[in-house]
Amino acid sequence: MNPADIASWISDAQKAFAAASDLDALKVARLAHTGDKAPVSLASRALGSLSPEEKASAGKLIGDAKAEIAKALAKATEKLEVERDAKVLLEEVVDITLPVQRTHRGGLHPISIIKNEVSDFFIEQGFSVEEGPELESGWLNFDALNIPADHPARTMQDTFFIEPIESGVVLRTQTSPVQIRSMLTQEPPIYMICPGRTFRADELDATHSPVFHQVEGLVVDKGITMAHLKGTLDNFARHMFGPDVVTRLRPSFFPFTEPSAEVDIFFNGRWIEWGGCGMVNPKVLATCGIDTDIYTGFAFGMGLERTLMVRHGITDMHDIVEGDLRFTRQFGVGL
Amino acid sequence: MRAPLSWIKEFVDIPASITAEEISDALIRVGFEVEEIIKQGSDITGPLVFAKVLSIEELTEFKKPVRYVGLDCGEKETRYVICGATNFVVGDLIVAALPGAVLPGNFAIGARETYGKTSNGMICSARELGLGDDHSGIMIFAEGTVKIGDDAIAGLMINDVIFDVAVNPDRGYALSIRGIAREVAGSLGLTFTDPVDALRELTFTETGKGVSAKIADPSTASVFYLRTLSNFDPSATTPLWMRRRIEKMGMRSISLVVDVTNYVMLELGQPLHAFDKSKIKGGVTIKRAGKAQPFTTLDGQVRQLDPDDLMVCDDAQPLALAGTMGGASSEISETTTEIALEAVRFDPVCVAKNSRRHKLSSEASRRLERSVDPSLAQLASARFVQLLTENSSAQHVATVVDGEPRFAPVVKVDPAYISRILGVEVSPAQITEILRTIGCDVNEKTFEVDPPSWRSDLLTSADFAEEVARMIGYDKIPSILPPRPLHASLTPTQKRRRAVAQMLASRGLAEVQTFPFTNQETIDSMGFVGERAATYRIANPMSEEFPLMRVHLVPGLIEVAQRNISRGAKDFAIFEMGSIFRSSQKLVPFISPDLSKRPTQKVIDEIFASVPPQAYHVAGLLVGKVESEDWQGKARSYNWQDAIAYAQDILQLCNLEWTVKRSDFAPWHPGRCAELIVDGKAVAHAGELHPRIVAKYGLPERSVAFAVGLSALPDSQLVRPTTVGTMPAALQDVALIVDANITASQVEEALRHGAGELLESITLFDRYDKLGDGKISLAFSLVFRAPDRTLTGAEVTAMRESAVDAAVKATGAVLRTA
Repeated sequence: MNPADIASWISDAQKAFAAASDLDALKVARLAHTGDKAPVSLASRALGSLSPEEKASAGKLIGDAKAEIAKALAKATEKLEVERDAKVLLEEVVDITLPVQRTHRGGLHPISIIKNEVSDFFIEQGFSVEEGPELESGWLNFDALNIPADHPARTMQDTFFIEPIESGVVLRTQTSPVQIRSMLTQEPPIYMICPGRTFRADELDATHSPVFHQVEGLVVDKGITMAHLKGTLDNFARHMFGPDVVTRLRPSFFPFTEPSAEVDIFFNGRWIEWGGCGMVNPKVLATCGIDTDIYTGFAFGMGLERTLMVRHGITDMHDIVEGDLRFTRQFGVGL
Repeated sequence: MRAPLSWIKEFVDIPASITAEEISDALIRVGFEVEEIIKQGSDITGPLVFAKVLSIEELTEFKKPVRYVGLDCGEKETRYVICGATNFVVGDLIVAALPGAVLPGNFAIGARETYGKTSNGMICSARELGLGDDHSGIMIFAEGTVKIGDDAIAGLMINDVIFDVAVNPDRGYALSIRGIAREVAGSLGLTFTDPVDALRELTFTETGKGVSAKIADPSTASVFYLRTLSNFDPSATTPLWMRRRIEKMGMRSISLVVDVTNYVMLELGQPLHAFDKSKIKGGVTIKRAGKAQPFTTLDGQVRQLDPDDLMVCDDAQPLALAGTMGGASSEISETTTEIALEAVRFDPVCVAKNSRRHKLSSEASRRLERSVDPSLAQLASARFVQLLTENSSAQHVATVVDGEPRFAPVVKVDPAYISRILGVEVSPAQITEILRTIGCDVNEKTFEVDPPSWRSDLLTSADFAEEVARMIGYDKIPSILPPRPLHASLTPTQKRRRAVAQMLASRGLAEVQTFPFTNQETIDSMGFVGERAATYRIANPMSEEFPLMRVHLVPGLIEVAQRNISRGAKDFAIFEMGSIFRSSQKLVPFISPDLSKRPTQKVIDEIFASVPPQAYHVAGLLVGKVESEDWQGKARSYNWQDAIAYAQDILQLCNLEWTVKRSDFAPWHPGRCAELIVDGKAVAHAGELHPRIVAKYGLPERSVAFAVGLSALPDSQLVRPTTVGTMPAALQDVALIVDANITASQVEEALRHGAGELLESITLFDRYDKLGDGKISLAFSLVFRAPDRTLTGAEVTAMRESAVDAAVKATGAVLRTA
């Protein structure tokens, strides 16, 4: 068991491992140099027959040799594994550009998207989002809004009436009855919007639909002025149409507001009528039991279809109402 | 309402430097939307001359009538032109465009060969000259109104700007040149001359006895002027200037008497009606029709009168539908020599009702139902007498008046309120000046304001605030954000709806919105019966095809699916959220409390309760394949499980617990419909659509659907979570054989019940239905866990046996042994 022999065992093993061309050849070399029949294993077993003094020194030599051989084996193994991986993974290459999505593409209706967007904007302004029924009391839809039975304004809007007509129940022509409901059930200050579906007996064409959506807003508080109405509309318009949009108020007529105005926006190089607005008519406040010496208010209303069409350049109402998936899916969920 | 600039200028001194666009902007600024600025004549160049028809040769060899016409255009020689119109005779005066002229549409006139002749010009219709839509024939002029050879561009006053103005319903006064001119002047700060000022002093000699005038009920009309004229020569013609103004307003010239009534209405805003006095029996009274009876209006239509219709009657019969349209029997004719001219300030509501009942909106009713200046009955009828006597041989005989004008009351205006509401400081002096500009009398000390006679709409401080705002300009009001409340958020219901929509959308369903209308055939074919089929009917539906309110969302989804399929779609999933309208409640008579004060709480509650409940649903329809088939291979079709899973996912999203039971429920397959029950209430149904419906509507076989009554779901409760146990779990499998008509949920419920509180979860991991003999095998794995200890084998066995015993007892199950 001389040191020269031991050194040659180490170098033989190192050479053999280095010479192995793949992991299988390395396995053969490993068995030859570390297996039961390997010189270092035989020498290790022979230690038992040595005297205690010889055992100590020979034991150390053999232990060191085993460590050297193991180190060489680890080095060779790692090298060959890297080589193997490089080869195998290359063979496993796929075309990752293949189409993989096969689930249907869903989405929200664009009117829902814009309704959510408007609601979120006003919630951030501290407004609540109120709702009301689509079949509505004629008193809430007309009379309470200062539209008496024989006023031309009542015939201006072509109303769908529900049988029996004596019930006065109508398909609401505007979301304004929700404002009345809020004023009848809440104490000021009131800051609310009411988006929702409305109905007027208009034939479906490129710009009209008998079933459409509005969003109206109402503020009743102490010291509310027309300047606040303008500020709110400017803010709203910028949110919907971008920071460069310009608004304009034009005197107009609505029975439930006085003064009344049309709100126009200057968008894509032209003036477009966007909605109506005004200071809540004191008669309407009084009908709802709000003290007009203390409170004033403003209200506004826009068509959601119109807002959508103007902003997105949609030219045909049919696309919005028909439910063709090729149209709706383009909007995703509004993100 | 049209308004020619040339006519406006008669009452407002407008400097030439002010453009049509500036006038239009000025009108828009004070609340009059200008829908169109028509620059008449801007696209015409002459020569355009008046001419006389000398000869007509009918060329008969062509398919349509063609005339070869000889014209005297004031030239040496007769000019010959080809003409396709036939509404003229030899001797008529017409307008001819001569070679070199260019008519609207860049239509150049030249001498040309046509129909085998040389045409040296063209005889013009109003439409060819851009003067109107009347294409019925060429323009013909009365003898003496035009001169042969004169320039017709100047003669017809073609060069003019016409504003087409939208007038809001509260501003009836602006349905007149007088009103529009006043607004132009006020907006531009120019001087306005009121045409009625000159009429106030007009007096007419009484030469005989006039027809009597009477208002039977003062609530239907305040003042009635009836002026009798005689000695009218019916061959009198309308002067060209008057005819042209009437035409520029979009009306047609008819006869001198009718033209003068229309002219005065257009100028001042007061509708007038002229009767042939010889047809009037006795006096004239304004009263209700009283009984149903036929009545022939001027347009030749026989109308059935309503007893409530307001009529202008003589002693024998109705003569006119008040303020709306005259009757045929007393119409001015070619032989009329005596005239009774009616000018009445009718009650706007009466006229509105007349007009609505007979679906007859006339120039007169449009003005009267928007309220007409009460002083005009006198002044406009005087203007009529003035114009008719100036332009014909007619003479005033007598004027009879009943009633007197009722004016709007004096209003005490609070100037501080105006600044307070507008958000801009307007001084009392400024307010005074503005209110005077619009015609009010203002007492500067008391701020008692007497509105002008034509403004019956100015009743409150708010009304005056609008006047001040529009005259200072809405653009002078600053833009300020209101004080904002501290916090707002969506309600739990709104959050829930949004989350449901987002979930379905992100899982491949596309949202649609359909009209909530349906019909009986659809309701029947869906198989809806009883209260699920009962709904409200629209009295005046868009189309008789869809007169009912929908009772379910699925029919609308089917319609959208059909449309998409017809356009080539095969595999897709759609959903809709919205209200349905089952008539669960009988509608009560209209509750209509007084306005301007809060109704009692009882009445408010009654009004709210009078509106029927309208349930809010979400429904989905899934057709074709679950995925699109592609290079990755085939895809499976949607099946009943998918529909039920979506319904359950919605309940799960709302953090609710439910049980499932099979249900025979329209419009689903009676054997493949799940009913989901929350708190003992059926809230959702899902499964395969009834094969009969699938076939009827041409959907892919085995299409599936779900519907969830979102508004029926209970609010989710505050979560009080159980502690998560860290002790080891014990797993036990049991396989049970049951009759095939026993449902998995029945077995699971029994197992759950028997297993006791330490059961953590239960999963059906196998279902085998090939046992035969009407038996199936259901295999469940049960997971037990105790919060505080490791369960012993004996404990677990005992719980398992208890579970099985419960299943055996409840469902007749037999434990399956290997």
